Amino acid sequence: MQIDVATITMTYREALKQGLREALQNDERVFLMGEDVGRYGGSFAVSKGLFQEFGEDRIMDMPLSEAGFTGAGIGAAILGMKPIVEIMTVNFSLLAMDQIINNAATLSHMSGGQINVPVVIRMGCGIGKQLAAQHSHSWESFYAHVPGLIVLSVGTHEDARGMLAAALKNPNPVLLFEYTSMLNLESEVANAFEPITITNAKVLRVGKDISIVTYGTGVYKSQEAAKLLATLGIDSEVIDLRVLRPLDEATILTSVAKTHRVLIVEDAWRSVSISSEISARISEHAFYDLDAPIQRLCGVEVPIPYPIHLEEAAVPQVNDIVNAVKKMIRYD
Amino acid sequence: MIEFQMPSLGADMEDGTLIEWKKKPGDVVKRGDIIAEVDTQKGLIEIEVFDEGTIAELLIQEGTKVPVGTKMALIQPSTIEAEKPIELHPIMEKISEPIIEEKTDTISIKASPLAKKMAQENHIDLSKIIGTGPDGAITKEDIDASIKQSETAETEKISTPSEAIRMAVAAAMSKSNREIPHYYLEKKIDMTKALAWLQEANKQRTVANRLLPVVLFIKAMAKSLKEVPDLNAVWENGLLQKTEINIGFVVSLRNGGIIVPAIPQSDTKNADEIMTALNDLIPRARALKLRSSELSSSTITLTNLGDAGADTVFGIIYPPQVAIVGLGNITEQPFAENGMLGIRSLANVTLAGDHRATDGLTGSRFLSSLDKNLQNPEAL
Repeated sequence: MQIDVATITMTYREALKQGLREALQNDERVFLMGEDVGRYGGSFAVSKGLFQEFGEDRIMDMPLSEAGFTGAGIGAAILGMKPIVEIMTVNFSLLAMDQIINNAATLSHMSGGQINVPVVIRMGCGIGKQLAAQHSHSWESFYAHVPGLIVLSVGTHEDARGMLAAALKNPNPVLLFEYTSMLNLESEVANAFEPITITNAKVLRVGKDISIVTYGTGVYKSQEAAKLLATLGIDSEVIDLRVLRPLDEATILTSVAKTHRVLIVEDAWRSVSISSEISARISEHAFYDLDAPIQRLCGVEVPIPYPIHLEEAAVPQVNDIVNAVKKMIRYD
Repeated sequence: MIEFQMPSLGADMEDGTLIEWKKKPGDVVKRGDIIAEVDTQKGLIEIEVFDEGTIAELLIQEGTKVPVGTKMALIQPSTIEAEKPIELHPIMEKISEPIIEEKTDTISIKASPLAKKMAQENHIDLSKIIGTGPDGAITKEDIDASIKQSETAETEKISTPSEAIRMAVAAAMSKSNREIPHYYLEKKIDMTKALAWLQEANKQRTVANRLLPVVLFIKAMAKSLKEVPDLNAVWENGLLQKTEINIGFVVSLRNGGIIVPAIPQSDTKNADEIMTALNDLIPRARALKLRSSELSSSTITLTNLGDAGADTVFGIIYPPQVAIVGLGNITEQPFAENGMLGIRSLANVTLAGDHRATDGLTGSRFLSSLDKNLQNPEAL
C-alpha cells in the first residue's frame, strides 16, 4: 500500500470496530462478550466480521442475562483476562447495575488492593432513532456517581477508535458510553493510530467569549453551533468532557477563567445530571471568574417521546445551542 | 502612638497623592516640620506635621493616592502628649457612618461575581455604575468601560492643572451655595485718611517695601475681628470661634481659578510684616507651591479685586468659614458730611455672612468697626 494521506473518512461504527479489532489483535487476553456480538455481527453491526476473524473463544455470544454475563466478565477480569463486555444498550444495563456497582466498583477497595477488576464494559447509549421512552436513555450520570468506576463518553470518531485501547490498559473497571445515533456519522480521522489518554477533557475549539462544555452527542452539535456563532462574531470555546468520572476540573476552570461564561450541553435529563455537577464545581472553584450565571441546555424532563419531531424537541439541537449562547452574550 | 493622616486642605479636597516622604522612620519631628509632599487639585503641597515625636512607621508608599483621613504614618509622641487621643474620637465616629451605608448598598446591587471582584480590585464604587447585562446586572464589560473612562479622566486632570483648580473651585463654591444661606451687607468706607497715612508712611520706605492699601485694610479687618469674633469662625454643626485670626487672601491665578492662602495671625503682625507675607505668598500661590497650613488654616476670607476693577464685590463664603469680606475699587466720589459736599476716596466694602452662624446685626457691627478702624490708620 502506497497511500500516504494524513486523514481518512470513516463512520463512527467503523472507528469503533477498528478499535475493537486492534485490541483483539494486540493482546491475546482480550475477548469480546455480549448479546449477538458474534454470529449476528452485533446488534448495531459494530462487531460484524470479528467472529469470523477471531473465532468463538474470543467473540462470545451471551444469553439475554445482563446480570449474569456482566458478572462473568468481572470474574474473568479478576482472574487476569481482559474482557470487553458489551451491554447492548444502557437501557438494559440496569439489570447489570448490581454487578457493576457492588462488585466491579468495590472489590479493589474491599480487598485492600489485592483484587483489581480491569473489565471494560461498552454500552450503546443515547437518544435518537425513534426507539421510544424505554430505549432512549442517557444515563451516564448514574454511573458517574459511583467511586471506583472510570466513566468515558465517546463523543468523537477519534475517541471511538482510540479510547478502548486506553481503557484496557487501565487497572480499574472502565465504562464506555457509545452513542447509537452517531453510528452512521462520517468524519475524518488521522490515518496514523495515535495513543489516546483517558484522564482529561479536551478543548476541541479555542474561543474567548464563552465556554460550551459538553460530552457525547453534544460534542459535534456544539462544534457546529460554534461555527454558526463565529459568523455572528461570537467566539466560542468547545470542551468535550470525555471523562465523566473522574472529572477533569482543571481544563474546565482554565477555560472559565478565560471566557467568564459557561453553557453546559447534554442530552440527559437536567436534574441531578453531569451538567449539575459541572455547574456546581465551577461555582465552587471559579465563582469570581463568572460574569454571567452558568446556563444549561439539557434533555426535557419527560419520558422521551416516539414521534420524530417530539424526540428532536426533547434534546438540545444545534439551533438551541446557538440561541442559548446569543441570549447569554447579547441578552436578546 | 499618634496617627498622621492625609489632611483636608479645604472642604473640596477628597484625596491626595503622596509624592514624596520628607521624613523617614526614626526622624524626630516637631510642629510645623514638612513631613511630605502631596499632589492635590491645588498643586504640589508641602504637608506639615502638628505633633512632636519620632516617626515610627510610614504606612503609605510614595505615588499612592489616598482619601482624606487615611492613616499615612505613625508618630511616637515625645513624652507628655496625653490629650491627643481625645481629638481622634470625633474623626473615628465620622468614618464609621459611611461604612454602614456602603454595606447596605452593595447588597442591593446586581453584579456578576467577576464584576464585583474587578470592582474591588480597582476601587470602583458599583453603585455609580449602570449595568448593561441581563436585568441591568453589572458585568465585566461595564467595569472595563468604567476603568477606561476613569483612566482617560485622570490623564486629562494631570494634563491641565488649571482644570483641576477650576474643578476644586467649582466644588467648593457649589457646596457653599448649596449649604450656606448667605446674607449680604455693604458699606461705603472713606479711605481718604488711610490713603494719606499710607502716602506718608511710604515716603520712608524703599520702592520694594512700599505698603499697598490692602495691607491697611487687612490690619483693620484683624482688629475688627477681635471686636466681632463670631465672624472669625467656622460652622461645623454649630459656630466654632477660632482663636487665631488667619485672614485668607484670594489670589487669582493666571490661567483662571483662584487660591486662598492664609496670612497667619494677621492680628499680631504689623503692616510691614503683612506686606512681607503678601509678597511671599502671592507668587508662591500662583506657582501652586503652598504649604498645607497656608491652604487650610484661614478663618475668614478677603476678596480684593484691586485697582480699576469693579466697584463692589459680593463674595461667596469658602466653607467651613462663616464670612467673606469684599473690597472694591477705591475711587474718588462726591461725599456729603456735616451738610457739606466734598470729594473723598471711597471703597465699597461688603460682607457676606453665613446666616446659620450669625445675623445681619453681627455683620453690621463688623463693617462699622472696620470703618472706625480705617479712620484711625495710625492706630493700626
